[in-house]
Amino acid sequence: MSDSPAVTAHNPELRHHFADMAQQKDAASLGMWLFLVTEIMFFGGMFCAYLIYRLQHFNDFAAASQSLDITLGAINTAVLIGSSLTVVLAVNAAQRGKRKLLVFYLVATIVLGCTFLGIKAKEYTQKFEEHHVPGPTFHFIPTRMAGHPEQPPIDERHAEMFFSLYFVMTGMHAVHMIIGVGLFSVLTFQSWKGRYSAGYYTPIENAGLYWHFVDVVWIYLFPLLYLISLHG
Amino acid sequence: MATATLPVTERENYLNKEYGIRSWLFTIDHKRIALLYLLSVTFFFFIGGLFALLIRLELLTPAGDLVQADTYNKLFTMHGMVMVFFFLIPVVPATLGNFLVPIMIGAKDLAFPRINLMSWYLYVIGGILIMHCMLTGGVDTGWTFYTPYSTAFTNTKIIEAGLAVFVAGFSSIFTGLNFIVTVHRMRAPGMTWGRLPLFIWANYATSIIMILGTPVVAITIILVAAERLFHLGIFDPKLGGDPLLFQHLFWFYSHPAVYIMILPSMGIISEIITCFSRKRIFGYKFVALSSVAIAVLGFLVWAHHMFVAGMSVYAALIFSFLSYMVAVPSAIKVFNWTATMYKGSISYTTPMLYAFGFLGLFTIGGLTGLFLASLGIDVHVTDTYFVVAHFHYIMVGGVLMGYLGGMHFWWPKISGRMYPEGWGRLAALIVFIGFNLTFFPQFILGYVGMPRRYWQYSPEFQVLNVLSTAGSTILGVGYLLPMIYFLWSMRYGKQAPDNPWNAAGLEWKTSSPPTTFNFDETPVVDFEAYDYENIKDTDDDGGAH
Repeated sequence: MSDSPAVTAHNPELRHHFADMAQQKDAASLGMWLFLVTEIMFFGGMFCAYLIYRLQHFNDFAAASQSLDITLGAINTAVLIGSSLTVVLAVNAAQRGKRKLLVFYLVATIVLGCTFLGIKAKEYTQKFEEHHVPGPTFHFIPTRMAGHPEQPPIDERHAEMFFSLYFVMTGMHAVHMIIGVGLFSVLTFQSWKGRYSAGYYTPIENAGLYWHFVDVVWIYLFPLLYLISLHG
Repeated sequence: MATATLPVTERENYLNKEYGIRSWLFTIDHKRIALLYLLSVTFFFFIGGLFALLIRLELLTPAGDLVQADTYNKLFTMHGMVMVFFFLIPVVPATLGNFLVPIMIGAKDLAFPRINLMSWYLYVIGGILIMHCMLTGGVDTGWTFYTPYSTAFTNTKIIEAGLAVFVAGFSSIFTGLNFIVTVHRMRAPGMTWGRLPLFIWANYATSIIMILGTPVVAITIILVAAERLFHLGIFDPKLGGDPLLFQHLFWFYSHPAVYIMILPSMGIISEIITCFSRKRIFGYKFVALSSVAIAVLGFLVWAHHMFVAGMSVYAALIFSFLSYMVAVPSAIKVFNWTATMYKGSISYTTPMLYAFGFLGLFTIGGLTGLFLASLGIDVHVTDTYFVVAHFHYIMVGGVLMGYLGGMHFWWPKISGRMYPEGWGRLAALIVFIGFNLTFFPQFILGYVGMPRRYWQYSPEFQVLNVLSTAGSTILGVGYLLPMIYFLWSMRYGKQAPDNPWNAAGLEWKTSSPPTTFNFDETPVVDFEAYDYENIKDTDDDGGAH
């Protein structure tokens, strides 16, 4: 950072109602953090519903969970963690004023994000073919229960609730991913045009925060939905 | 002010700087956005009022003669939805808050002016959706969307109404976010937390509720919509789901939402009472922090809406106790306002009359809230008119009295014109009388057993219902009057001096109306809020006495 007051005072990105770039940056990042707080509450409602039902109908939820594809879920987890890395590298490139590197890492993030969404679409297709999508055509036969030889009978209705929550939670997460990809597409275009520099890169940083948040949501979703009762 | 000697009309201000529809629809000036909000919330107030009028007309006679039962269900549902989501929640923060928060802390604008404009557009989109929903059939679930009726049975426009509330909710989230960042990052030099006006503290506490609560109702609505559209099983008892979970999620937002409504009005009352008592507020820190305490405690009481819906006795006891706890910070405020007036030099201006009205009505509303927080009485009066009367005392008697008081108090600043004081006092009196006549009989009605949400009732309830309907007509006149004379004053009112009330606070140190950037140069604050003992009384008080 080489922001002398004389430089920041004339930064064309400084808006009229801020005294200087530092105040503007502080405001923007506080705003982003607060927005993430609202996002936590937003997902919190669903997590709360999920956890209550999972406690009530644990066996049925565990059985339904076994039908999810853990390999694809694990690959997706790795893809997302990788995309968090590329975002960090993008912010770092912006801080150092490396335009081409910034564009490269932003594009890499978009590619990884789309990979995740592609794999997710593949998983949804599988569920659709297996009639695991809730609704009139829903049908569920428990497949395997590792380590549970004397498996209690499974209530199909509760399995349907599991898949309802699975689709809502991963669906809302995917919507956030799509928004993130859209956001990064705009930022890539702007970065390519040279809008961001060592003196002004707040939007990159804030979009990065958003992306990390969406990743963290997945980090919770993966074990909660895919890894129920895998021990033993 | 270097320009203070020029006539108001010739000084450049935020109103005459630009003209034309574009200068309003694309403005990022918080003051102009406040006026856009003012227009739109007033519109929805009268739409919601129209529904209220039809409800009261139906209840004039015991028979269901004016409308059918189905229509009546839609009337009270749309009344509730419009009033709660499109009037009461945005009314003070989005209008007076939007106008005053930056000025009161000595800032040029809110931290995110474009997000501020966007939140108005979100509000308008939500408003168009709810209007379209109303005109094409409406909703009949009550404003609470209770499942499984809303997800499995009703054939009215749940999805569209839900979408409207969802979009309007984001408008309120962005307002809250903007306020919090503004108060943290945009204060003028010397404007410490201990010198912040109490209106700012109140809006800050409100904003906390907005950003923590609103997302929860947003996801709840999504879950209802998903269940209805895609046959997902979330709250559906057929699949082992629990409709009570919906109620918990819904009230987790919708009870704190009551504090979103009342807290900003409480902030207004603090400003008015100190100014017209010419006294420093009694117990500044307690009044300020009680706002935060209400915001925090308000999140822990939601289940008192569900005492009869089925929950364990122990949970009910805890929620009952916590509901009593909220009364403590509320009472601190009422006592401190009263103590502020003690030995003050009180003038009976219009804003002060509304503040008096607020004190009385809020106290009745709050105390009857304690009746409802106690388990035994709640079982007796749940879903009766007692509940209706209680929350109207808070929402209409509290929120609206505060709002109208604030509108009169800051009207000279907003418009640059004085409102006619005599008409103002008359309207305040009419509102107070009309309000009590409308809602006090409903306490009695509820206590003797008239249930809410029915379009017909036993003949023995008729006298009290006629009184209530008569009161609502008077109340309607009381609300129309200010709208008429405010509009009148914009053209014919006396030009307002910069500080007509000789009040403390930064908003009175700039011109009336303020310039686009609020201050010619950023003010430096070296005084505490409400330093009325050190403000000399002058004769230049705009005819307040």
